[in-house]
Amino acid sequence: MLIFEQSRGGRRAFAQAPAQKAELSGIPETMQRKQPPALPEVSEMQTVRHYTRLSQKNFSIDTEFYPLGSCTMKYNPRACNALAMLPAILGRHPHAPDSHSQGFLACMYELQEMLKDVTGMRQVSLVPAAGAQGEFAGVAMIRAYHESRSDDARTEIIVPDAAHGTNPATAVMCGYKVREIPTLDDGDVDVEALKHVLGPQTAGIMLTNPSTVGVFERRITEIAALVHEAGGLLYYDGANLNAILGKVRPGDMGFDVIHMNLHKTFSTPHGGGGPGAGPVGVSERLVPFLPVPMVGFDGHDYHWLTEKECPQTIGKLSAFAGNAGVLIRAYVYARLLGREGMVRVSEYATLNANYLAKRLSDEGFALAYPARRATHEFIVTLKKQAKELEVTAMDFAKRLLDYGYHAPTTYFPLLVPECFLIEPTESEALHELDGFVDAMAQIQAEAEDSPDRVKTAPHSLPVRRLDDVRAARELDLRWQAGD
Amino acid sequence: MSNDVPSELKYTKSHEWVRADDDGIATVGITDHAQELLGDLVFVELPEVGAELGAGAECAVVESVKAASDVYSPVTGEVIEANELLADSPETINQDAYEEGWIYRIRLSDPSELDALMDADAYAEHAESEEH
Repeated sequence: MLIFEQSRGGRRAFAQAPAQKAELSGIPETMQRKQPPALPEVSEMQTVRHYTRLSQKNFSIDTEFYPLGSCTMKYNPRACNALAMLPAILGRHPHAPDSHSQGFLACMYELQEMLKDVTGMRQVSLVPAAGAQGEFAGVAMIRAYHESRSDDARTEIIVPDAAHGTNPATAVMCGYKVREIPTLDDGDVDVEALKHVLGPQTAGIMLTNPSTVGVFERRITEIAALVHEAGGLLYYDGANLNAILGKVRPGDMGFDVIHMNLHKTFSTPHGGGGPGAGPVGVSERLVPFLPVPMVGFDGHDYHWLTEKECPQTIGKLSAFAGNAGVLIRAYVYARLLGREGMVRVSEYATLNANYLAKRLSDEGFALAYPARRATHEFIVTLKKQAKELEVTAMDFAKRLLDYGYHAPTTYFPLLVPECFLIEPTESEALHELDGFVDAMAQIQAEAEDSPDRVKTAPHSLPVRRLDDVRAARELDLRWQAGD
Repeated sequence: MSNDVPSELKYTKSHEWVRADDDGIATVGITDHAQELLGDLVFVELPEVGAELGAGAECAVVESVKAASDVYSPVTGEVIEANELLADSPETINQDAYEEGWIYRIRLSDPSELDALMDADAYAEHAESEEH
């Protein structure tokens, strides 16, 4: 029930009301509203109960194991939150002069330097406010690079069929035509198909490494050489950076531009639409085009770099510093880990994934790429269960909720039927991983003995099976008075 | 696999069907197998009438709760009619992929292109092999 639906005329939270009526004399008559806004009229206790109940319905990393593949739902250390909430950070006015913002600017500068170091890129801009904006900035820089050389015939971006849906969308947003290339049965990009589509029309290629099928692209340096030889640039989608953090660097693989999802790899809270942070890093030749503002350091003071200092920039992506609070959390996270800690992140993330893959395989679940070592995530296909028992991946996913586990990513990547993309992250302890395997094994037994129990799940949540089809066909997103 | 594959139609590897009409016009849709893989459709983006399509060109989008998928024109020509019924009732493709669920009609530039497409037996085999 929405809080609007609990409204009763005249109810107020009197103890919360301001002591004095606001002074309106400075506001022109024409800009003063004549009617009060249609806010819900509820008591203080009703409000507290409403939001407490909502929070209890939340299925989150703070309450449950959340192995949502390609999303890196790791624990968000409370220290990052506590430091980002310091009054000096929270209260800093975005228009404060550089001289009054040295502490904040120092944190941003150091974060730029750390991200450069861990990705092997030449320079980093923190400003993109989310992964999608980072991607957009990345491809916009590829475009700006070709245009600056009057290399105008490059109209295509190559994207493997296993890519995140945002990749082709970004390419189209930047005015490119998408050329799709297939993935081989072992999970690698089809290099022969790549050679076939490369040419003077190639602006670049967008890759995720490890890829969305949860394996490391073994021929990446060969791919980089081929694309560069054709005059194209390589874009690294940082979605799966958690697998390689501190181990191998996209810059060393030959990538020219990368976006990082700090809300994934650098442990800032995410889900529910944000806020995220999608910094971009670039190789030498793309440095002039980085989005602003960035933070510079002259050996003594920190200062903003704007369009004035960076005339070839693709532009200003945010009015101020991007999602500053998220960036501070990522900075604290990186400082908590240090260089050694970052390596252990990827080691434990991949160890947990491989352990889980092995145990699920031993329980009889089919791995999509059994010949390959998993990276930080892996794919199970429930094709056999769907065919023989008529219990689908979606049914398993819903039943997992009853067992207290958030479902893995389902039906993605599209090229594996009835799939679960499972990413445990480094946060989870052995007993949590074992508990997940036990739940999967029990659901398998139920699917064989009492399939209806699984097909009608969830049974224990505040809502039962949602009608996705009706929700998509009859969009109803906004409460309106009188509904 | 037990999907319907009518013998009088021609098929593509990407799961479109084409029905050749006598007057150099053809009707295009997606197969019963394709609609089953996609699941309940919630949106269909139709090609514009008058659009010139090359064989293999993206011409429509079918979207289900699982995925959005491009439809590729099996043949070259000019779109002369799009199935407006699908705008309000995308589920028609789920219910009747080969008749009521057609997507567009096209004036063929080169009717001989139809000869290069798969017949029903070849398509049934292709769909089966993809199930591996």
